[in-house]
Amino acid sequence: MNKDSQFSNPGLSLSMKEKRWNPYLVGAGIGILSWFAFLIVNKPIGMSTEISKFSGWVTGIFAGSEFVSDNAYWSSKAPAFGYSTVFLLFTAVGAFLSAKLGKDISFEKVPEVWATYQGNGVMKRMISSFLGGAILLFGARLAGGCTSGHGISGTMQLALSSWIFFPVMFITGIITARILFRKKTNA
Amino acid sequence: MDLPISTSSTTGLIIAAVFGTIFGILLNKGRVTDYNVIVNLFRFKDLTVLKIMLTAIVIGGIGVFAMKEFGWIEGYHIKDTNLAGIILGSGIFGVGMALYGYCPGTAVAAIATGRIHAMVGFLGMLFGGIVYALSYGWIKANLLNIGQLGKVRLDEVTPIPALVWLIILTVGSIGIFRFIERKAVKPDLI
Repeated sequence: MNKDSQFSNPGLSLSMKEKRWNPYLVGAGIGILSWFAFLIVNKPIGMSTEISKFSGWVTGIFAGSEFVSDNAYWSSKAPAFGYSTVFLLFTAVGAFLSAKLGKDISFEKVPEVWATYQGNGVMKRMISSFLGGAILLFGARLAGGCTSGHGISGTMQLALSSWIFFPVMFITGIITARILFRKKTNA
Repeated sequence: MDLPISTSSTTGLIIAAVFGTIFGILLNKGRVTDYNVIVNLFRFKDLTVLKIMLTAIVIGGIGVFAMKEFGWIEGYHIKDTNLAGIILGSGIFGVGMALYGYCPGTAVAAIATGRIHAMVGFLGMLFGGIVYALSYGWIKANLLNIGQLGKVRLDEVTPIPALVWLIILTVGSIGIFRFIERKAVKPDLI
C-alpha cells in the first residue's frame, strides 16, 4: 500500500524538511496565492499557454522564426520571454528546493503504479510518457487551459468553460486509468 | 504602490519568480509531483489531488469574489466557452493526464525533482503544442465555432447568483471532504 495515500493526512507542520504537507493546507496555499496573483499582477495562475509558446520557440529554431510568426496560432500567442516564462521556470526552482530539502529527488524512470500494471520496461514508459504529454497539451490547447488555468483559476471564478473541463477530464482520466491499470504483470 | 503591477515590468518579473517558487513548493509538498499520487486519483486510491484542488477553488473563489466586490480587482479572467472545443479538449486532456501521470504544471515541477519520465513527457508536450499550432487553422474553422457561448460564468447562465454558487461550492466541498475522510477509516470501501 502506498504510504503517501490519502488514508493518513499528515499533520500541520509546514517545515521544508517534511516530504509532504497536509493537502488541505497546500490547497489553501494555492488559493491564497491566487488572491495575490489577481491583486498584484491581475493575472491568474496558468501553465499550458506558456508551454505551447515554448513549442513555438523550439519550432522557430528548426523551421525559422517566419514559419512561426506566419502560423495562425503562434501569431496570436507569440513565443516571448515574459512573466509566464519566469513563473514556469521558478515553479521548477521551487519544486527543486522543496524536493531537495524534503529528500524527494529521484531520477525515476518507471513509477511504481505503472510498473505494477505495465511492467518495468523503460522504453514502454518513455513512449507512453511522450504520447501522454503530447495528448495532454493538445487537449489543453483545444480546451483553452489545463489543470491550473481551468481546473483551479477558472473554476474559482465560476467560469462555465472550467466547470465543463473539470468533470469531463476527470471522467476520461478514470476510463483511461481503468484500461491502463487493470491487469497486474508478473514483472 | 499602484496595483496591478505590469507583468512586463522588472518588478512584475520578480513577482513571477516569487509566485512561481511558492507554487512549485506547494506542488511538491502536496505530493502532486509524484506520478503515483496523480494516477491514484483516477483509481480512487488516493484523493490528495481532489483535496488540494477543491480547497484551492473554495479559498481562492471566496477571496477573488470578495476582492471583486470591494473593487480591488478589475474583472475576471476566464476562458471562452466553445462547447465542442472544451468538451473534446477536456476529454483528450484527461486521457493524456492518466497516461503521462502529470498535468502541465505538475510536470514542470516533477522534472525539477529529477523524474526522467516526466522530462520525456515534456518533450511530448512540446510536440503536442506544435501539432496543435499546425492544425489550428482547421480547428478554428471546424471546431471552435461550435457552441460559442463566450466568456460566461455560472451565475450568468443560471438564475443562481455568484455568492450562492460559492456557498454551494463550499458546503459541497466540505461534504465531500467529510465523506472521504470517513471512508478513509475503511479504505476497502472506496
